[in-house]
Amino acid sequence: MLRLVVRRLLQLIPTLLGLSVLLFLWLNRLPGGPASAILGERATEAEVARINRALGLDQPLHVQYGRFLKRIFELDLGTSTQTGQPVWDEFVLRFPATVELSVAAMLIAVAVGIPLGYLAARRRGGWLDVAAVSGSLVGICIPVFFLALILKGIFAVNLGLFPTFGRLTTGVDATSVTGFAVLDGVLTGEIDASWDAIMHLVLPALALSSIPLAVIVRMTRASVLEVLGEDYVRTAESKGLERRTVRGRHILRNALLPVVTAVGLLTGSLLSGAVLTESVFSFGGIGSFIRDAIDARDYPVLVGFIMFIAMVYVLINLLVDLAYSVIDPRVRVH
Amino acid sequence: MPIFKSRAVKVITAAVAVGLVATGCASERGKDGDKGGDKDTFVFGAPGDPGSLDPALASDGETFRVTRQAFEALLEHESGGSELVGGLAEKWSSNPEGTVWTFNLRQGVKFHDGEAFNAAAVCANYDHWFNWTGTYQLDAVSYYWRKIMGGFAKNEDPEAPKANYKSCTAKDDNTAVIEVNEPSANLPGGFSLQALAIHSPKSLEEYKKQQATSKGDAITYPKYSQEAGTVAGTGPYRIAKWNKGNKEVTLERFDDYWGDKAKVKNLVFRTISTEDGRRQALQAGDIHGYDLVAPADIKTLESAGFTVPTRDVFNLFYLGMTQGKNPALKKPEVRQAIAHAIDRENIVKTQLPEGGKVATQFMPDTVDGFSENVKQYPFDTAKAKSLLAGAKEEGLSLDFCYPTEVTRPYMPAPQDIFELMKADLEKAGIKITPKPMKWAPDYLDATEAGSCSLHMLGWTGDFNDGFNFIGTWFAKKDKQWGFDEAKVFDAVNAASKEANPAKRVDAYKNANETIMEYLPGLPISSSPPAIAFGKNVNPPNVSPLTQENFAEVSFK
Repeated sequence: MLRLVVRRLLQLIPTLLGLSVLLFLWLNRLPGGPASAILGERATEAEVARINRALGLDQPLHVQYGRFLKRIFELDLGTSTQTGQPVWDEFVLRFPATVELSVAAMLIAVAVGIPLGYLAARRRGGWLDVAAVSGSLVGICIPVFFLALILKGIFAVNLGLFPTFGRLTTGVDATSVTGFAVLDGVLTGEIDASWDAIMHLVLPALALSSIPLAVIVRMTRASVLEVLGEDYVRTAESKGLERRTVRGRHILRNALLPVVTAVGLLTGSLLSGAVLTESVFSFGGIGSFIRDAIDARDYPVLVGFIMFIAMVYVLINLLVDLAYSVIDPRVRVH
Repeated sequence: MPIFKSRAVKVITAAVAVGLVATGCASERGKDGDKGGDKDTFVFGAPGDPGSLDPALASDGETFRVTRQAFEALLEHESGGSELVGGLAEKWSSNPEGTVWTFNLRQGVKFHDGEAFNAAAVCANYDHWFNWTGTYQLDAVSYYWRKIMGGFAKNEDPEAPKANYKSCTAKDDNTAVIEVNEPSANLPGGFSLQALAIHSPKSLEEYKKQQATSKGDAITYPKYSQEAGTVAGTGPYRIAKWNKGNKEVTLERFDDYWGDKAKVKNLVFRTISTEDGRRQALQAGDIHGYDLVAPADIKTLESAGFTVPTRDVFNLFYLGMTQGKNPALKKPEVRQAIAHAIDRENIVKTQLPEGGKVATQFMPDTVDGFSENVKQYPFDTAKAKSLLAGAKEEGLSLDFCYPTEVTRPYMPAPQDIFELMKADLEKAGIKITPKPMKWAPDYLDATEAGSCSLHMLGWTGDFNDGFNFIGTWFAKKDKQWGFDEAKVFDAVNAASKEANPAKRVDAYKNANETIMEYLPGLPISSSPPAIAFGKNVNPPNVSPLTQENFAEVSFK
């Protein structure tokens, strides 16, 4: 197990190196150069020259790349041109909101998707199966931001059941410990603040969960159907094993393997896919920050985000593999 | 292993429970602009985050909207108007040359940190800005100081303008004298700018410990400007907290304020970047007011009982023609043809909120110096065609840049306005190539660099002086216009250097008439931007300069 973890962590290095070369070349190809992007529309030529010197853009390309790489390894991601603050600080400030939102969305997707997919497979052709399959098709087809707008319009604006924006209601003063608002409320005993944070999470998380939910329903259903036809299930049933044991140990455990992989990859995509959902709900996470960064051509933020997401993907893959080896011991042998 | 049935049942039960609690909770949440009985907190939906809590480092309206409640300048504008009135200075005067400005300061004023306000504090601020070095001299950081006072004690940027600021003297505790080298149309209006608001000398000392830097790959703003705690002004509110994660700035009433105390205890600015998002938040009662209301929403909100005051007109929207980009635009007949081709009345009628007006010159009629005698270019497609024929430019083809995903107070729906102009120009026989661009930085960069033949832009005034409008565009040759006509530049600069206010107004009228004779671009309209408030709110006086004082807000 340890070897697997170490091997996977070592794999991070070439992945990130490759990405860093691509990003570096992209940065060097920017129209107008980084200086004009940093200084904006009012920059004078002297200012641009000064920034170019400060950036070392007068140096040879390989020297520039070396410096770029060194900064990435030191987690010095530069300064956001929008806020004038270190990119790393901005990420630390906003990332918990996005993680909280993504986790909530994934919890909804898993908690609803796996049981629904299982039931749909077990009752193949029945009304639940038809509803689950067609519902998941709709879930995949509707753009997330559009669903977010609909949910907000109905449940927040018209019915007033949930807040229309933000992470916390103004005046709910939660003490920040971890940056995760729901968790902070629990840790500090401010349960009202936790509840308020949950209320703010419901609609964006529901919207964000639509695609993973649909994917999980379909994958679980297909996977369970496949396992149902396997010999070992029939054998187990014919041996007269208890139904619960057959379902749990034989069907679900085996059917979940591909679903676990999907959940891992979907979690990574949720982090980067929260961009529009957060904008609709002015959620204050990294998603809306990235959207603003794209609009403002805030390259240090974009580069940092891409590197960061790449790292998250690799780490999630590692976790998926570990989970895999827990569910299916054969993986450990290989 | 009974892992499934029991867990599924638990999950479903939990989901139902959450749903029921949520529904139960909803009954407590009122509708239509008031969600609770908290009359101590006023929440305003702002379109963007502030950039800094030190207004001297900023040049954007969202920063000033917040800091204006906490920092006061020597002069202010009358509540709801654009006339200059005393701020931290009760009275002010200048010598006839307009180079020595004497301010009689208000007494009994305290800073938020307990320090006393006096002439030494005023001079500490002006000297602090004048002696800025390094990063602070970048235009992106000290934009307004450079605009109003020129350069610094020691200019590091060879392109920086010569310093016009000379000195500040504390004659006694209550009299400050500011001297400049040359008279300027930017004074006394500049003394009212938020960027030149007075900070506590104690906080200025703290600022020095946390410098802005531009080492590395961008400007890093000093830490004090990003979190509440150090900054201290004299305003009716003090900045208590900036929660960037939740996108909100919280201000608390300053009980030692010298003037009328704020009516509501806490004031919160929360960023909701989309127009729809702000409107929905107001309708749902999550906020008590918001700015930049879409013209199309005004009637809906009003009929639902919300208050939607419109500000007096203090902006200008224009069609820019870049002569450097297309030689045909150098011909006066072509520019006149474009002016005659566009039905400005129709744009105002269909695209702008009620109260919008067709502009006849490059300033709104609310600014001193507006002339009734400028040359007019009424809508006349036939005349446009004959002018083009006379200039041998039939079949003229022009690229036309316009911004997407943006609304400005002077330009609510750029794309729709562009479509109308395009149709008008094509009727007159001009072929248009549309060039849609993202507002910032693409569109602003392109228009500034003069890369578009035609483009749309505008301006909301900082203070009531003609130079703040026409000086912005026509004081010197500028890439945006590619227009080079000494007669126009001289007329504008003569007005700027005129120290006598009455003579200056005449000089502006003359400058406006000269500009419209040469027609470097086409002024389209001036329009009143709207702001919305909840049903239970007594709104503040709305300001043509978008400088609302939220201390005037109260709940019904």
